[in-house]
Amino acid sequence: MAPSAGPVSGSRSLLSRLREGDEIARIITFLFAASVVLITLLLVYDLWQDSVLPRHKFGFHFFVTSVWDPIFDQFGALPFIYGTLVTAGVSLLLAVPLGLGAAIFLAELAPARVSDTLEFFIDLLAAVPSVIYGLLGVFIVVPLMREYIQPGLKKTLGFLPLFSGPGYGVGFLTAGIVLAIMVIPYIISVSREVLLSVPRDQREAALGLGATRWESTWRVVVPFARTGIMGSIFLALARALGETMAVTMVIGNTPTISASLFSPGYSIAAVIANEFTEATGDLYLQSLIELGLVLFLLTFILNGLARILIIVTSQRGSGVGHA
Amino acid sequence: MNARLRWRKFVSGFMLSMTGVCAFIAVSVLFFILGYLVYHGGTSVNWNFFTKLPAPVGESGGGMANAIVGSAKLLALATLIGVPIGFFGAIYLAEFSGSAVAFVVRYAADLLNGVPSIVIGIFAYALVVLPVKHFSTLAGGFALGLMMIPITLRSTEEFLLAVPNALREAAMALGASKWKTIATVIVPAAYRGILTAVLLAFARVAGETAPLLFTAFGNRFWSPGWGQPTASLPVMIFTYAIAPYEDWHRQAWAAGLVLLGLILVINIVARAILARGIAVPRT
Amino acid sequence: MKRISKGLLLVAFALTAVVWAKGALSINGAGATFPYPMYSKWFDEYHKKNPDLQINYQSIGSGGGIKQVTEGTVDFGATDGPMNDDQLKAYQEKHGFGILHFPTVLGADVPTYNIPGVTAELNFTQDAVAGIFLGKITKWNDPAITGANKGVSLPANDIVVVHRSDGSGTSYIWTDYLSKVSEEWKNKVGKGTSVNWPVGLGGKGNEGVAGLIKQTPNSFGYVELIYAIQNNMPYGRVRNSSGSFIKADLASVTEAAAGASKTMPDDFRVSITDAPGKKAYPISSFTWLLIPEKFSEPAKRDAIKGFVKWMLGDGQSYAEALSYSRLPKEVATKEVKALDKVQ
Repeated sequence: MAPSAGPVSGSRSLLSRLREGDEIARIITFLFAASVVLITLLLVYDLWQDSVLPRHKFGFHFFVTSVWDPIFDQFGALPFIYGTLVTAGVSLLLAVPLGLGAAIFLAELAPARVSDTLEFFIDLLAAVPSVIYGLLGVFIVVPLMREYIQPGLKKTLGFLPLFSGPGYGVGFLTAGIVLAIMVIPYIISVSREVLLSVPRDQREAALGLGATRWESTWRVVVPFARTGIMGSIFLALARALGETMAVTMVIGNTPTISASLFSPGYSIAAVIANEFTEATGDLYLQSLIELGLVLFLLTFILNGLARILIIVTSQRGSGVGHA
Repeated sequence: MNARLRWRKFVSGFMLSMTGVCAFIAVSVLFFILGYLVYHGGTSVNWNFFTKLPAPVGESGGGMANAIVGSAKLLALATLIGVPIGFFGAIYLAEFSGSAVAFVVRYAADLLNGVPSIVIGIFAYALVVLPVKHFSTLAGGFALGLMMIPITLRSTEEFLLAVPNALREAAMALGASKWKTIATVIVPAAYRGILTAVLLAFARVAGETAPLLFTAFGNRFWSPGWGQPTASLPVMIFTYAIAPYEDWHRQAWAAGLVLLGLILVINIVARAILARGIAVPRT
Repeated sequence: MKRISKGLLLVAFALTAVVWAKGALSINGAGATFPYPMYSKWFDEYHKKNPDLQINYQSIGSGGGIKQVTEGTVDFGATDGPMNDDQLKAYQEKHGFGILHFPTVLGADVPTYNIPGVTAELNFTQDAVAGIFLGKITKWNDPAITGANKGVSLPANDIVVVHRSDGSGTSYIWTDYLSKVSEEWKNKVGKGTSVNWPVGLGGKGNEGVAGLIKQTPNSFGYVELIYAIQNNMPYGRVRNSSGSFIKADLASVTEAAAGASKTMPDDFRVSITDAPGKKAYPISSFTWLLIPEKFSEPAKRDAIKGFVKWMLGDGQSYAEALSYSRLPKEVATKEVKALDKVQ
């Protein structure tokens, strides 16, 4: 949202506005911003065009069928939608509290030098190739899950359907954990910077009114930085929804819908990554592309829901508010 | 000191130490990963690694020189494509646009961000590879650049918006035009965050494999110019990691280590070079 | 600072110019991952003999190879499963001429397992393998398995099936074999690089499957022979069409091809799973290079023909060191003759 601009520009000629440079700046930056929308639209168009066959053949059934059979040409997206949502949900449930906590620590408590140094390293987490995350998932997280964490959860919380069934090590929960590690740097990095830019006087005012350090942080500083933090969560969500390599190595790659987090599953991005290079046959290929389109739709809906949430819970005077 | 105050103080101390625990966990994961890479791949990082082409199976002395140069070219191109769009787009959103346009652009950026990297690769393949019927560094850089746009755009916009209005108003009161205000006051004030955003986007695409498979393809040899297929570190890691040979596995870990090392160096250098001349202190 | 960054840019562009290979002919190929180590060795050795020729092969998958060679973005392709008639037709329609298959080496899938307390090499009948993968045989002490393994005490544990999640030639070979030995598999699941597996976990790549099996007790799955050999994985024997339990090794795989060479079709598109032959290993397969019938550039055509000829002769001697099985002599000879079709 642009803060109030300078002189009223409506009454002067275009030429004189151009000469001032502001109009040029406005046009140029507008073109760049518009290109983002254009690229996205072009991508959707491309996906739409390339998924003609399955859309005509399956129609709405694509969303609710659970069978994925490349030999007998039956394709349904439901297990993949389920897996994508579950793994993204688990990853955010883990990453947001951890990431926000770490960001608060780095922004509010750690001395500047320590904070900067630690931030360097945390940013590196974003640079680890997803293949390496996948391999580490396979070599370290999966055995850990199978030997310790899954049995442990089963013993304590096994009565919940969430933690029932046999644990193979791979599955929804494992994928969620690996994804959480992958998205945490985005949350920490961006949240920390936004928290750091909250003006000093906000904190001091709170402390001056008798708040404890924590209260000042949690009830004043963090809400002030709300939209930035939400932005970082959007980044994390997007990454979690679209991650391919790492997920496919630890999710078990079985198109299943199960209430249990121990169950192996599949996600949209993972199945596209697994099968696209080998897929032959137009219906097969286009069904994979249609899955990409479905993911787009999912992202659209989730983003929309999140934004509605922000608007509904928006406070007054909490810095800059936007959705 | 009454009981309520004691409780609040306790909560304060407890929660703040929890945040410390969170930070500790995040950082230890990173160090664990680094340690693992060093342990498994450290022995393969030698002078050959940086200077030689890959050797065939069973022969030692090979390296990933072409992949390192390839990744550098791809990332340079990606930055050239992704950063200006993200940066200038963010300026428009933060400084010029109305809320409706901003909403749409932000939404589009978030959607783009959520696209699986392999789909971006397929998109870039359709756009840049098919028309000319060959794979190229250009196509790979284009795909990676697309992926950099959303992170750069969203984060930069947040940081620009976080600059207090007081600064804008002061500049305008002094008679500066809008674009001058942006260029000389607002962007420098938000520079730290913007740099973080760009480096984050850079780090993200540096490790991506899937979009390169159909665009930059891969190359056993050197790749001249920008129109030929090129090797890259992430693709090499992928190819070697799934092969049956232990030697190649070690090289894959080594490549991962080198990639991280290079990103770290770029981070440090970028922050060092661009640290000069910024007057607005951290509040 | 501006000077520094300008300088850096100049250096970068200089770098890209300097590494321009002078006068080298560059050929690109794409396809199967299974033979990637073999091909990369071959192309390197051939490059040493012909320094002006650079053959760049990338393993993006058999389907990728077929797609890209049909699109024309690469000069040749490679696949673990032969192109079907529709794909050949599509190629013909797009280019106006056909594409030829040339077998290069042989590979095999082996059944591998992890049963706590069992170190013996198990024998698997056709029914056992099919039954396990169909989900009908669920426990290790099922009579279908114990019947072939007298003297080995198998536990009453549930079998955890592991298959490939990514589309792959390895899966193609396995499902092709299952389709031949089990009518139910053929009708219910079929053969292909990706199928709708009735049961089991999916591992990505050979290492994904191997990793899962190593870590999951009571698991059973398939990996490429090369992979099992290079990683010292225990694997079992499979009963072939003559009734003998054969362990996969380089010789038994070549045997399977030799048995098929008598009835080899002219276009070399043949499946050799469940091949006849007393010592033949039943889950073997060729892997093919896909070479267009016509080349617009004579230099490329001659280079590729030269390579294939070398590959069929001297090249075969490199196969065994990498745990690939060489082509039977009859097949290689036939291929050299077929090379003449490439214009």
